Amino acid sequence: MRKAVAILLLGIFGYYFASIFLSLPFGEKREGVGKHYLENTISETGSVNTVTSIVVSYRGFDTLGEVTVLFLASTGLGAILFDVRRKKRNEQNASPIVRTTSTVFYPMIILLGAYVFVHGHLTPGGGFQGGAIIATGVLLMFMAYRKFEANHTLLSVIESLAGLTFVTVGLTGLIYGGSFLVNFLPLGTPNDLVSAGVIPIIYIAVGFKVGAELTVVLDDMLKTIR
Amino acid sequence: MLYYIGAISLILIGLYAVLVKKNLLKIVIGLAIVDSGLNLLFIAIGYVKNATAPIFSSESLTADKMVDPVPQSLVLTAIVIGLAVTAVALGLVIRLYDHHKTLDINKIRQLKW
Amino acid sequence: MDWMAFLVSGLVLILIISAVFSIMQKDLLVAVIGTAAISVVLSILFYLLQAPDVALTEAAIGAALSTIIFLIAIKKTDRFEE
Repeated sequence: MRKAVAILLLGIFGYYFASIFLSLPFGEKREGVGKHYLENTISETGSVNTVTSIVVSYRGFDTLGEVTVLFLASTGLGAILFDVRRKKRNEQNASPIVRTTSTVFYPMIILLGAYVFVHGHLTPGGGFQGGAIIATGVLLMFMAYRKFEANHTLLSVIESLAGLTFVTVGLTGLIYGGSFLVNFLPLGTPNDLVSAGVIPIIYIAVGFKVGAELTVVLDDMLKTIR
Repeated sequence: MLYYIGAISLILIGLYAVLVKKNLLKIVIGLAIVDSGLNLLFIAIGYVKNATAPIFSSESLTADKMVDPVPQSLVLTAIVIGLAVTAVALGLVIRLYDHHKTLDINKIRQLKW
Repeated sequence: MDWMAFLVSGLVLILIISAVFSIMQKDLLVAVIGTAAISVVLSILFYLLQAPDVALTEAAIGAALSTIIFLIAIKKTDRFEE
């Protein structure tokens, strides 16, 4: 009965949903705000990767809000799972093969994450991807070693400093150029590592912040009782 | 066109799980599937035939032969936020299990009073 | 161009099959592996749709972190759906 009603509702919903989207032409050029971004990204922001220039520069204030949502989610998870009886994990160590491979790969994965967010304005990638890759590296160590502990003081210091950098850069732009997150550094030549003004600084800060927050989420989930 | 069909069926399958299933973890899995379907739908709307990715890595690439970058930048952050939302939902599920020792939403409703 | 449409239809088919599989499966551990398969296929589809940034994010988050978070939650609760 319940299933039949659900399937009927989904059928009606799916019919209208599909009729809207299947009438939308697929793969055609649309004249929207994206056209302006594509044509002016190099002259206005100096960033070669248009996605990065939208995330950090054109919609930078939005990104600040999204990073705040991430921070609130990790804090909220800590509050939900808070338990006084929280104890150390008591699983067994993984096998020697996993442990050795993890020790070798851990610095490489951290390096890959750092590469991805430092080159965010040149190649595909950026702060969000780099932060997620760093969190997977820490996850490998969590899985391999029983005694591996995330340093919460260090993580919160990194997280706060990264957020502070983002806001400080934005406010400097406000003082210097009249609006939040104005690019106050020289743009440089496109396709250079040091180019695009404040975009690499902000994306590196976002990378550290996302990496620290996702690590805290994993640590909170692993350390709850039971 | 195939991409639209895939995205819409993912959204419908996820919604079916949210409506019908009684296990809390199954409901969270359904929400994650809806999330994936919406992301695919956004990217498919921004696609342009025979175009390249919106990165000016060489001089020969021009702006009129590139896909729309706006949906990509929206989805980029939406995926990360989706992970955070899933983590909070799973934290709540773990807490509920601690309290009621079951994941069945009907039994949890009975234990309420 | 023709084999491209063939590849895309195959990937979309895998996508739908693994979604249905992970919804119908009673063992939640297997269902979570189904969602990981959805993420991997989605990442390939994003790459084919010329969105390398999004493909990178989906591969790192959907396939690794999201799966692990679900696995931890299953370990702390029940494995089987009755």
